[in-house]
Amino acid sequence: MTTASIPVTNRRRRQPSKLRRSVRRNLTAYGFLCGALICFAFFSWYPMVRQVILSFQKTNFVDAPEWVGLKNFRTVFSDPAFAPAWINTAMFTLLALLCGYVIPFITAIVLNELRHARAYLRFVVYLPVMLPPAVGVLLFQWFYNPDYGLFNQVLGFFHLPGLQWLNSSGTALISLVIVSTWMNMGSGTLIYLAALQTIPSELYEAAELDGAGLFKRIRHITIPQTKLILLVMLLLQIVATMQVFIEPYLLTGGGPENSTVTVVYLMYQYAFNFGSLNAGNALGLMLMLVLMVFSAIYLRVSRDNTV
Amino acid sequence: MKPRNLSIVLAAGLALAAAGCGSSDDGAAASKSAAPSANPNAPVSISVNCEPPKTNKVQRTTFEEDVAAFQKLYPNITVSKVTDAFPCYDPKTFEPKLASGDLETVFYVNFPNVGRLIESGQAADISSYVNELKTFPDYNSSLDLFKKDGKVYGLPTDGYGMGLVYNKDVFTKAGLDPNNPPKTWAEVQAAAKQIAALGPGYVGYGEYSGGNTGGWHFTASLYGRGGSVISDDGKKAAFNTPEGKAVLQNLQQMRWTDNSMGSQLYIEWPALMKAMAGGKMGMMLGAPDVLISLRNDFGGKFENYSVTAQPEAKALLNGGAGYMINPKATPDQIRAGLKWIEYEFLTPGKGQLDYVRAKGQDLTVGQPYPDLYGADTASGKAVTDLRAANANIDAAQFAGWVEGSKGISPKPEPGPYAQEIYAILDTPMSAVLTRKDANVDQLLSDAEAKVNSMLASKS
Repeated sequence: MTTASIPVTNRRRRQPSKLRRSVRRNLTAYGFLCGALICFAFFSWYPMVRQVILSFQKTNFVDAPEWVGLKNFRTVFSDPAFAPAWINTAMFTLLALLCGYVIPFITAIVLNELRHARAYLRFVVYLPVMLPPAVGVLLFQWFYNPDYGLFNQVLGFFHLPGLQWLNSSGTALISLVIVSTWMNMGSGTLIYLAALQTIPSELYEAAELDGAGLFKRIRHITIPQTKLILLVMLLLQIVATMQVFIEPYLLTGGGPENSTVTVVYLMYQYAFNFGSLNAGNALGLMLMLVLMVFSAIYLRVSRDNTV
Repeated sequence: MKPRNLSIVLAAGLALAAAGCGSSDDGAAASKSAAPSANPNAPVSISVNCEPPKTNKVQRTTFEEDVAAFQKLYPNITVSKVTDAFPCYDPKTFEPKLASGDLETVFYVNFPNVGRLIESGQAADISSYVNELKTFPDYNSSLDLFKKDGKVYGLPTDGYGMGLVYNKDVFTKAGLDPNNPPKTWAEVQAAAKQIAALGPGYVGYGEYSGGNTGGWHFTASLYGRGGSVISDDGKKAAFNTPEGKAVLQNLQQMRWTDNSMGSQLYIEWPALMKAMAGGKMGMMLGAPDVLISLRNDFGGKFENYSVTAQPEAKALLNGGAGYMINPKATPDQIRAGLKWIEYEFLTPGKGQLDYVRAKGQDLTVGQPYPDLYGADTASGKAVTDLRAANANIDAAQFAGWVEGSKGISPKPEPGPYAQEIYAILDTPMSAVLTRKDANVDQLLSDAEAKVNSMLASKS
């Protein structure tokens, strides 16, 4: 019995030290995890929770806040710019996907096919991303000038009539899409290029031996092989383009005739020009719910393809 | 440092930083609860904003001199913080600063935002203290904007009515008489046409159309024609009238029939100013301060510009700025803050009204603003005399505005929701300037419905 009890005691003594060792071994990881958690908690999660609270309150930041139920949402719903803002945002997202999704992919394929000056061209394509957004946007303000802008001069060179670009409700939104595509295509192109370079070259060689042309190779090899990254980029791009703000803010002020008012621009108007931070938060909450749907799909896609 | 120690330090640092970010917006305003100090000479500390930026060396130096002189004059008052953020009133930072307790005790505000701040309780009630100011009884009607229900919430320090700014050099080139600027809208239209005929790049008449500035200038034009933006009770839109229609039709005609307004849209305040300073624009609606801003901020050739009365004006949109007090300020701070406003902005011969010093430092003296006091009051006379005695600019540049605006009543911004209304009115303004076939009646009718709906939701 005596001999039997000794190992039990030793086991009991050993257990805490094992735990201590385990904690000690992972202390660094816990420390870094705490750092990340605190950062997320205070710079992402807390503002999100605060946004939800503020959207149901009326506050002037002087007196105690007052709960007002759905009043802020009703204010936003009754805003004449509410419907145009959502329609414009949806249109911008659609157009930005058509341009900003397809063009970088095609550019990546072309760059991947090139044998010479690939690094230089990659740099050139990525260059706009390195420009501060405001600089890029203001550069296009000059390009779009109907009187002396670059674009109308190019059209004139081909004997085509000039456009009003930002000055017409018919062309203002697409003008913003062009700016956005130019500014952001560099990142997309590099990601697609990286994905293309993971495709085994044997597949292309085999296809070529079977007599497949460029388009058949793209259709049957390139697109299927990059399906996951295309899907993930599509979802990320939807989430990013639906938050378009800087282009209408700097180039059109939401005009002409509300043709470029977007949801985030309207949020900005509420929060800073109309002095109604609460209504701005209500609108932000609506946008967040819409974006959460796309984010959920993104998470699902990522998970399905990881497992 | 070892990774483990680094991780602990990082986590602890972040936790401490986060703990320090407390929110104080749940507390009631200090000025509502604290009792005024029995001793008016009790030590008190205040902060002020709107120090001229470092790029404006001369005015910054005079401001710093004034802060020092003020503290010498009132030894119990310490100006603990002076901020020079530009623009002085920035809606993007106002509420975050107020929420975090960083808003200055005395803060600058431009007229379009005054009503909203009063409405939302974001400015202190200073009614009990204003009678301590020597010049307060001399104020003209510009003070009315800062009043609500008999209470005073701030003090105007700058004020002027709208006019017509024009480029004399462009007028001369176009064969127009710069000493006889347009007095009617028909004359404006004819002059604009003549200027645009000078060739590519010349714009006869410039106008805003976005970023809430379109609605702002629509309001100024409408007031001039005798109209109103909202009803007297503030509950309904009142611009869908022949006057409102005339404003839009006039612009539509100049833009599309005469082709005298160019094709560029101006969607923010500096855009039209830059175009005017560029020297190829003939006319724009603007107050006398536009001339000084063209000179100081946009590099315009000052002597080329003049301001005359707004054509056919029946009322003038009252522009300007003033100062309010932080609603969380203590009574002692309110009292001290008002003393600062009085010293720096309201006392003839001191601060911004020290014309002797301004003249010696090559600042412009002689422009007919700020127009704060009644002409027959002691303060009004003192300011006028000092200004005339030290004038260093050509008074003729402002004479047309001074003479032509006499007797025309000033009219304030359209209520606390002016910015929302301006945003709605941007649409008809941008429509007539971007679409030849824009239906003015329909635009006004749509805008009226939108403003009514917005005002109803606010009530």
